[in-house]
Amino acid sequence: MISFRKKGLLTTVQDFGRIGYQRYGMPVCGAMDHFAMALANLLVGNPRGEAVVEATVLGPTIVFDEPEIFAVTGGDFGPTLNGEPIENSRAYRAEAGDTLALPMAKSGARAYIAFAGGLDLEEVMGSRSTFLKGGIGGLDGKPIQDGSVIGLRAPIDDIWDLEERFVPQELLPKYGDEVEVRFTYGPQDDLFSPAGKRTFTTSEYALSDKSDRMGFRMDGPAVERAAGSDGNIISDGICFGAIQVTNSQPIVMMADRQTTGGYPKLGCVIAADLPLLAQLKAGDKVRFRPVSAATAQAVYRRQQKILDKLEKRLALPEPEPEPLCGRFLIRVNGVEYDIYLEEQYDA
Amino acid sequence: MARILTSSDCSLCVEFGNAISEEINKQVRSFTVAVEAAQIEGITELVPTYRSVTVHYRPEIIGYARLYEKLNNILNDLTAAEIPPAGEIRVPVLYGGSHGPDLENVAKLHDMTPEEVIKIHTAPVYLNYMLGFLPGFCYLGGLDERIHTPRLTTPRVSIPAGSVGIAGSQTGIYPLTSPGGWQLIGQTPLRLYDPKREKAILVDAGMTMKFYPIDEEEYERIRRENYPEEYTQEGGQKA
Repeated sequence: MISFRKKGLLTTVQDFGRIGYQRYGMPVCGAMDHFAMALANLLVGNPRGEAVVEATVLGPTIVFDEPEIFAVTGGDFGPTLNGEPIENSRAYRAEAGDTLALPMAKSGARAYIAFAGGLDLEEVMGSRSTFLKGGIGGLDGKPIQDGSVIGLRAPIDDIWDLEERFVPQELLPKYGDEVEVRFTYGPQDDLFSPAGKRTFTTSEYALSDKSDRMGFRMDGPAVERAAGSDGNIISDGICFGAIQVTNSQPIVMMADRQTTGGYPKLGCVIAADLPLLAQLKAGDKVRFRPVSAATAQAVYRRQQKILDKLEKRLALPEPEPEPLCGRFLIRVNGVEYDIYLEEQYDA
Repeated sequence: MARILTSSDCSLCVEFGNAISEEINKQVRSFTVAVEAAQIEGITELVPTYRSVTVHYRPEIIGYARLYEKLNNILNDLTAAEIPPAGEIRVPVLYGGSHGPDLENVAKLHDMTPEEVIKIHTAPVYLNYMLGFLPGFCYLGGLDERIHTPRLTTPRVSIPAGSVGIAGSQTGIYPLTSPGGWQLIGQTPLRLYDPKREKAILVDAGMTMKFYPIDEEEYERIRRENYPEEYTQEGGQKA
């Protein structure tokens, strides 16, 4: 069991989100930074999409009432265990009574805490993600409160090779307050003028303080529509990272976005760069650069490979195969053979 | 002719036109059923809307070019595909009173009696073009022009789940309690959306919907019994 002594600014339980329910109008939700969530989970030996605690800008203070392996990833919140600084992106063992604190984001905006064996919360529609607006998932469909308590599903107090459970610095994304993110055009880029697209791809935007888990509003130059477009479309589906233009202002649709909408979408931030965007704070600067879908997917696959490699490195070592030896009695066409088998070593 | 558009590096948007029409929506449904039947590895979900289907996929399993080709082949064979009926849901509604506080106003606005509004509202078989906006919220087509009604000038802060309303040329049901500006003419005791139920949302895109009036007693009975599945007639397949 873990209890929250301090809730932080906005602390929620998230996983990969509700997959397969968008057609029913159910938002996906899930972690804002999937990469950081996956890292945290792999470090403690969980599947990548196990439910984690997502902290926002001001993190929670958590007390363990039993020993447990955990890891903190994502933004650097200056994490401490019993007041002693601990590293981001490294697994630790907490003892019963230990206090984990994530005071404040020094870089990035969102931190993820994974607990070995997962959190003991019910799945709603295949996910433990908190859907704040709908009041479901996570802990009673709400953000974590002071005094909230969550059980550990299958706590693990000992794990293979704890000292080796870290992510090398060079594999971690560099979160910054000035980032460039790449995007693919479509599906309604034809509803914007060439000048409008030029404005969007050459200007610097700042993340508005009116941003939340649903959408990131971008303060900056207006994106001009194509002649003949009234700035509306017949509602269609909205993806994670979709750059929707409402009254000429771009809004990037994030984890809690609604599933469909009636504003044109100029493009979509590529999956591999969504973590960079998700880690921005209000006022941080962002530039958008167009790439092809093929490039975006190559970049994404490279990012997935980092996770694959980490997963392999942290997996339990394969047990040595049993040597094949012994005495066998075999009967072939009524004749009995007595065979001795012995493993040979190459010289 | 359908167009395959890029909607992100993890999804394609297959667009069948640029209008709200039953004809286009039928193609949307045919395509959805055909893609489901094809069971293409890497596709994670399909989101059918008025005039398009967003196909979400995992690029580490299937790349853009290969999926594009597969979807294009499905499009080419689409006319031949037979699609099963989508099913219908019958929605009991307690009209007027505290359950439909705007019924009187809507009637007055159109110079008719509340009974006439109810009669007009319960007559059509509505097509559920798509779901969106809220979990379980249906975009229904087919509202009779005689009761098209503008939204409230001041939206309500909280509309109870199950409220049946009219906004412009649209009619619909609030699946969960939320703010909104629709003119409320009634309320259904059916829980169209219940996250704790195995089938959390009763209505799928392409299904049809029929409203019928009930009295207070029946409203309470249906609410108490809560067997919402009884009101749906399943089609052969989802979508």
